[in-house]
Amino acid sequence: MNAPNKSGWKPAMTEGGTADGPATVTGNRALMLEEPLIFEIGTTGTTGVDLPEPQESATRLGSFVRKDEIGLPGLSEPETVRHYTRLSRQNYAIDLGLFPLGSCTMKHNPRLNEKVARMPGFLDVHPLQPVDTVRGALEVVNELAHWLIELTGMHGVAMTPKAGAHGELCGILCIRAALEARGDAREVILVPESAHGTNPATAAFAGYRVEDIPATKEGRVDLEALKARLGPDVAAVMITNPNTCGLFERDMKAISDAVHAAGAFVYCDGANFNAIVGKVRPGDLGVDAMHINLHKTFSTPHGGGGPGSGPVVLSEALAPFGPLPFTARMADGTVQLVEEENAAEHDHARAFGRMSAFHGQMGMFTRALTYILSHGADGLKQVAEDAVLNANYILRSLEDVLDAPFGPSGPCMHEALFSDKGFADGFSTLDLAKALIDEGYHPMTMYFPLVVHGAMLVEPTETESKAGIDQFVAALRSVAERARAGDESLKTAPHFAPRRRLDETLAARKPVLAFDGPCTPGGTPQLSEQGGS
Amino acid sequence: MRYLPLTDADRSAMLATIGAASVDDLFVDVPAGARLSGPVAGLPLHQSEMAVERHMRALSKKNLAAADAAFFCGAGAYRHHVPATVDHIIQRGEFLTAYTPYQPEIAQGTLQMLFEFQSQVARLYGCAVANASMYDGSTACWEAIAMAGRVTRRSRAVLSGGLHPHYVETARTMAKFTGDCIADALPTLDGTPDTAALVARIDDETACVVVQYPDILGRLPDLAAIAEAAHARGALLIAVNTEPVALGACQSPGELGADIVVGEGQALGVGLQFGGPYLGLFAVRDVRHVRQMPGRLCGETVDADGKRGFVLTLSTREQHIRREKATSNICTNSGLCALAFSIHLTLLGEKGLRALAAENHRLACLAADRLAKVPGVRVLNDAFFNEFTVLLGQDARAVVRKLADRKVLAGVSLGRLYPAHEALHEGLVVAFTETTSEEDIETLASALQEVLA
Amino acid sequence: MPRYFTDEHEWIDVDGDTATVGITAYAQEQLGDIVFVELPPSGTEVAKGKDAAVVESVKAASDVYAPITGEVTEANGALEDDPALVNSSPEDAGWFFKLTIADKSELDGLMDAAAYKAFCDSL
Repeated sequence: MNAPNKSGWKPAMTEGGTADGPATVTGNRALMLEEPLIFEIGTTGTTGVDLPEPQESATRLGSFVRKDEIGLPGLSEPETVRHYTRLSRQNYAIDLGLFPLGSCTMKHNPRLNEKVARMPGFLDVHPLQPVDTVRGALEVVNELAHWLIELTGMHGVAMTPKAGAHGELCGILCIRAALEARGDAREVILVPESAHGTNPATAAFAGYRVEDIPATKEGRVDLEALKARLGPDVAAVMITNPNTCGLFERDMKAISDAVHAAGAFVYCDGANFNAIVGKVRPGDLGVDAMHINLHKTFSTPHGGGGPGSGPVVLSEALAPFGPLPFTARMADGTVQLVEEENAAEHDHARAFGRMSAFHGQMGMFTRALTYILSHGADGLKQVAEDAVLNANYILRSLEDVLDAPFGPSGPCMHEALFSDKGFADGFSTLDLAKALIDEGYHPMTMYFPLVVHGAMLVEPTETESKAGIDQFVAALRSVAERARAGDESLKTAPHFAPRRRLDETLAARKPVLAFDGPCTPGGTPQLSEQGGS
Repeated sequence: MRYLPLTDADRSAMLATIGAASVDDLFVDVPAGARLSGPVAGLPLHQSEMAVERHMRALSKKNLAAADAAFFCGAGAYRHHVPATVDHIIQRGEFLTAYTPYQPEIAQGTLQMLFEFQSQVARLYGCAVANASMYDGSTACWEAIAMAGRVTRRSRAVLSGGLHPHYVETARTMAKFTGDCIADALPTLDGTPDTAALVARIDDETACVVVQYPDILGRLPDLAAIAEAAHARGALLIAVNTEPVALGACQSPGELGADIVVGEGQALGVGLQFGGPYLGLFAVRDVRHVRQMPGRLCGETVDADGKRGFVLTLSTREQHIRREKATSNICTNSGLCALAFSIHLTLLGEKGLRALAAENHRLACLAADRLAKVPGVRVLNDAFFNEFTVLLGQDARAVVRKLADRKVLAGVSLGRLYPAHEALHEGLVVAFTETTSEEDIETLASALQEVLA
Repeated sequence: MPRYFTDEHEWIDVDGDTATVGITAYAQEQLGDIVFVELPPSGTEVAKGKDAAVVESVKAASDVYAPITGEVTEANGALEDDPALVNSSPEDAGWFFKLTIADKSELDGLMDAAAYKAFCDSL
């Protein structure tokens, strides 16, 4: 479609262009293509699907027949393909390059996983078909459950949680159900300062009061402070291991022992399980519940913000309380799917309820199982080792230009943590991150964990080549040196991205959260009335 | 191993740079006793793509795919034709392998798509604002109940008997821990939902009334009357929709007075997938309620050059900032499913959605007339869209099992949904979409006739 | 009309039995661009040192505490449409709420302008 630019794009250059070249009529810059909203190019009378013309006939809709127009724009198939293809090109993705978001584990997503998930026997089965017609699907759930239990050294697994935070909630609800079953009303959950924000949010949602536990100078949980706080009012401790500073909690076993001695449970945030998969089993460290982000450790795609999947492995003490449907190991070693109808006969009558409709994220289960079988026992161990090797390589290659607060205390696990110490006055982590965009990389995790000033958490994952990491290190070194030198051009970075820095204050002060107005193809562009900043 | 680029030579060189003798030195913080000495028990070594595919294909073949049967299952998950374009686009790496758009300068593709998605959902639901999606319909429903509690500062939720039992169970599970009171009810086998009975359960402590539209039996409740009664008591009306295609033929819940509209978006663009991942939709009619909404929101703004752009906004509601004061502990939405939904709805457009809805309804009407002629079958519903309930005079679970042997997936029995409530067990919920052929309907009718005889 | 300050960076103007509360210039500078203010509706009973309002920037939400105990009589409606007033005029047009004072002795521990300035300088 050769419509004039309707996207609100305003050429930044002065009349006649800039050193980068002349202005363009369309607003496009060669392969950098601007794209209007569907409401600015589609009409309510256009469709890209061939369907029979509706016949005038009596309906059985009673008085509920829709009379007014909904206002949904349609596009033909070629226009649709082009619209979304153009949008896609404004995104960074793992398929384009290294994506070093600490704690988020952006690793390669194998395409075999996608192919398997689309096999008709998985894609085209209804969750409430008779059980006899979905035996293969249940086997996938059971087989994945089996390997998750083996890899973590736990007793059972709740498969239904839809993502990490949902899994966290599931684990905490198991703990609460177990405590209530023994008539033990406890009110407090202890959370380290460096915890993911979801941890306190989850604990509060489950009705607990949250108290912080401090970290040592080395970036680990302060065992003595923790022991001093434990008591009959503490229900659980939520710990991330490896933690958000990228360090393994050396005292994990001692922490678990102390927590258990106080009658409480250990919840482990499993977001960073990819650093130890095949090397260490959390069950051996005394963990009672841990969610596993299948979209991190087991390579299911992040999809621009979901769907995720967060199965929760449980210890023997908590397994009886896991929500339905549930997968548990039977006395004969087999793993069985337990639902409302058969919960009692499988000794699972104390299940605390149901977290969501149906059986969990099946589409993610097929992908994760495919990944586990592809790697096998040797491959998964190598995954952890290469992830840790890559992170340490980055840590040691950059600690002369970037402050690594925990660098001197030893190796990191799968992610390297740096601070903004040493930057010129007025230069921030944000400036460095935005400059990294111009170098063709997605920035690292910024300002998290909170225990380090201007934190930068770099997680390369195991799916990067040495050459690729060397180039990333060179780029990060260069921007770090510019931040130390006070290079003003950092402050206006990125310069080469589809958009410059966006005005988030304006977005929050005057929220525009939906397109307002009729579909107006070919009309005047619906320019933002908010004006420039 | 094909997913690991490092060579042994790379590993040695990198260890030298680090100053470690072996990779085990990097795991020095893991106590020796906690390290696995050998491979994980029973897990085979790595396998080729071909070998894994063969294993998974064998598992896949143990399932009866809907396309290989005469298929009539609904009850919260619907089989529609998904245009090939949808799956092509969502497999583009720039969408599939992107992260949550926290760096808006290099995530405008996802962000503009979310803004368009929010706008589409808001229009479909008759609301002012929709969020960027939630896990699924059942969790969105619970989040709406929790939100109504924040808005009204009350804690009693009145659930209609027509609400999907899994949604009820999800809400009951959550409420056990928050202390909210969930007043639920069973459906009664009437042709039209009993509005008066529902309205009578609303009191001055009620935060919200939760009504599914169309309901679990396929009936259409009188939302306008319920909204009026709820508002008179200071309560909110939450409407739940599990079949968005219905809104191409039926008035929107927002238009009928619902304050919060939530639902399952799976029917558009997202396959059945044995129950997940699906797509939670969440919208509010009154823009003043936006700050009490859970979930991510995408908003319009401008960049430093004055160009229009999009960002995630109002994030102070969310867990990573509010921590224990957040509106919800959820951080993930269902981004790729939202993309699939949005592409499908863009391909359809208003015209296509209405035609699709009309075709679904036509086939359901045809089926209702045909099934009514089968001896022993009674059609319950006075009104319906593409799904209705038939009463069989015997436990429908047994009938469903027998029909499955004939490759007829006849629908969802109420015994499956309500195992503890025998009075409902003769009910069978049957759904008809554009993927149903007239031959399929004939197959169902004649198979039912044989099994019931 | 005397003005007092708290160590949580609220100011309070006292006029007989009523008082006006807001956040200080120092506080708004620390918070950055204010995008939303959540105020207590009139009739709310607030207690000294307890949450009374919430002020939000793009990346942070902060509680504002009641400097003294009392009943809210009016909230500043102008902040609903224009939260930026807190940035442009924190100690005047950007006031948060007015309240009736329950116990004047609670004012005793608060700082005057000079003491508050010294307090900020020490931070």
